[in-house]
Amino acid sequence: MADMILRDVAKSYGEVKVLSDINLDIKRGELIVFVGPSGCGKSTLLRMIAGLERITAGDFSIDGVRMNDVPPAQRGIAMVFQSYALYPHMTVRDNMAFALKIAGKTRAEITAAVDRAAQILQLTPYLDRLPKALSGGQRQRVAIGRAIVRNPKVYLFDEPLSNLDAALRAATRLEIAQLKEAMPDSTMVYVTHDQVEAMTLASRIVVLAGGGISQVGTPMELYQRPRNEFVARFIGSPAMNLIPGKIVGTGAETLVHLVSGGIARAAIPTQAADQGMAVNLGVRPEDLAETTGEPLFTGEVEITEALGEVTLLYFRRQGENAQVVAKLPGIHTGLRRKEVRLAADPAKIHLFAGGRSLLYR
Amino acid sequence: MTQALLAFLTIVVGVAGCLGYFWASNLLLDKVLFPARGPNAGQNINRANLLRPWLFLFPAVVALGLYLAYPVFATLWLSLNRNQSGELVFVGLDNYRTMFGEAKFRESLRNNMVWLIVVPAASTAFGLLAAQLTDRIRWGNLAKSMIFMPMAISFVGASVIWKLIYDTREAGQPQIGLLNALWMQADGGFFSILILKVLPVVLLVGIAAGILWFLWAQIRDFADGGIWGKVLRGLGVLVGAWLVFVALSWAWGAATAMLPYGKPQFWLQIPFWNNFFLMAVLIWLQTGFAMVILSAALRGVPEETVEAAILDGANPFQIFFKIKVPQIMGTIVVVWTTITITVLKVFDIVRAMTGGQQETQVLANYMYEKLFVAVDWGVGSASAMIILLLVSPILVWNVYSARKEMR
Repeated sequence: MADMILRDVAKSYGEVKVLSDINLDIKRGELIVFVGPSGCGKSTLLRMIAGLERITAGDFSIDGVRMNDVPPAQRGIAMVFQSYALYPHMTVRDNMAFALKIAGKTRAEITAAVDRAAQILQLTPYLDRLPKALSGGQRQRVAIGRAIVRNPKVYLFDEPLSNLDAALRAATRLEIAQLKEAMPDSTMVYVTHDQVEAMTLASRIVVLAGGGISQVGTPMELYQRPRNEFVARFIGSPAMNLIPGKIVGTGAETLVHLVSGGIARAAIPTQAADQGMAVNLGVRPEDLAETTGEPLFTGEVEITEALGEVTLLYFRRQGENAQVVAKLPGIHTGLRRKEVRLAADPAKIHLFAGGRSLLYR
Repeated sequence: MTQALLAFLTIVVGVAGCLGYFWASNLLLDKVLFPARGPNAGQNINRANLLRPWLFLFPAVVALGLYLAYPVFATLWLSLNRNQSGELVFVGLDNYRTMFGEAKFRESLRNNMVWLIVVPAASTAFGLLAAQLTDRIRWGNLAKSMIFMPMAISFVGASVIWKLIYDTREAGQPQIGLLNALWMQADGGFFSILILKVLPVVLLVGIAAGILWFLWAQIRDFADGGIWGKVLRGLGVLVGAWLVFVALSWAWGAATAMLPYGKPQFWLQIPFWNNFFLMAVLIWLQTGFAMVILSAALRGVPEETVEAAILDGANPFQIFFKIKVPQIMGTIVVVWTTITITVLKVFDIVRAMTGGQQETQVLANYMYEKLFVAVDWGVGSASAMIILLLVSPILVWNVYSARKEMR
């Protein structure tokens, strides 16, 4: 139930800069997901919001109140840890009640809050058990329950699903989505390295890389209009193909001549001055389709992976370039070692110059 | 030279004997008793493998039986007999009756009780404190080594060191004992009042307040937990109340006592309190042990649970007492009971420092004096049985907790 603002926030350990120039406005009721490769500082940023790490520079405020020097417990936040961090010597009930006991709430208030949270999370039968007698999914729910009873303004999740197995992860992901639905006013910040979690849960995604924010936007913005090559390749699986080329025609649509020999039209406007500019053409594997007309890419299929709903084609490497991958819907047999001609809708083509998208100039 | 040669020979013969025993006994088992051939080859192999562990255990079982189990029963038997000019005469529980009638025995029982309460509690508390305080600082490891070092000193060695600390010279001479040297600085002025009156009173009242707070928490949460929880809490409250009373009466004593300033003290001859001067030696020795074990246990407490507690609003004391200490409770019990067993057997320190005089007698030294000074086997054995009786339940608890920790 809070707006959060980060202004020029930075973190360094001695001389080593981990994060810098973090600017972010988070509106009340949003579910913000931090994604990025390992070591990009996403957990550090979350811990700075939680107050477990000091903010080296910049300002962080919740509802207009500067929080840099406010102790964690008074920030109105609750956090769910990757390892759950349940107190092993306390029952489920005591785990959830601990914060309220510390806060000096009355016994009746505590019981009411714990019972309500247990009901929401279907933990009522387990209230008197110790954490070690619970399954992974149940422990996860206790950790969430411990956050709920405090009725915080902001929920923080630090890779909460990474310790669960695949089936349970999908189920718990849905539960978190439902929890968010049930509490439309609470703000949530969620850290993950799993882009499926990011795409499905987020109202906005923050992609972190190289010690800063790469792009902030809704999942579809990031998918359809990535700001740079990093985001383009980080979102989507398999990653977007990048093929080097040169602009040969400008205007409302841009014509690109690729080093691999093909010609592509992109629905991206360019000026006459861009003529001859070296660019990387980006096209997602799922946007490529077989064509009988002018091909964007022609190559020999090296390996195919048939998944039933789609078939992945891996093409033979051409020179220094990265391997091109195509994802064709349905089942395709007998394509191995064959030449395949592929084209894509001009609206689905991305152009990057110097790593940055030509859409954002 | 011949002795070194003998020792060497003993080692060679011992090791060779062991090897020979295992080789020969296995040969006997596999080739003669249950040979792996003939119509019952498979069955024989299984039988041989069932027997094999016992083959390995056999020497240890025999040695332990001979040197541990047999003496226990022999002592029990001796304690029920009187030695009449070389002949054993069965007298039933007479020895025990005699023993309980002796003031010196009751004194050693009382002293052992005080040792039992003070030394394990103080060692564990200081060890826990040292472990927590040295955890995060740069020179923590250096401090730990210093605290751990006394562990390398034998009890008798430590007693000699502390005897020097408690040493006394006549008033005019320089005091070579550290404690008297400090004591002679006190002159009844501001600082001696501060250190010898105000500080002890504040400490004792603080301890009493801490226990009272604990009592209040127990009474507040009395409804929680089952019947055994209630019984334990009730007992805890009673013991706590008694400790509060003791602490407060001592505080009153410290505040009102007339201290003999300027006179060197014979520390080991002050009745009752000299026990505490002896206990200081064992606490000094055992704190390092407690610290090392508890430090390892504290390191094992997951950092996330501490961070979760910070987010839940717990202050450093609550984190320590409600999150960290409960998670290492099993280890604390093991340390506590291990030190308790050491305390029950305490002998060297008392023997070397006071010899059990001036009301410092303890059970082990009492037993020694009865057995080897007075040559009264009956009463000596009876006191040995009392020590065994006291140690056994604590030993069982110790082993039980240690095994639970390992799981």
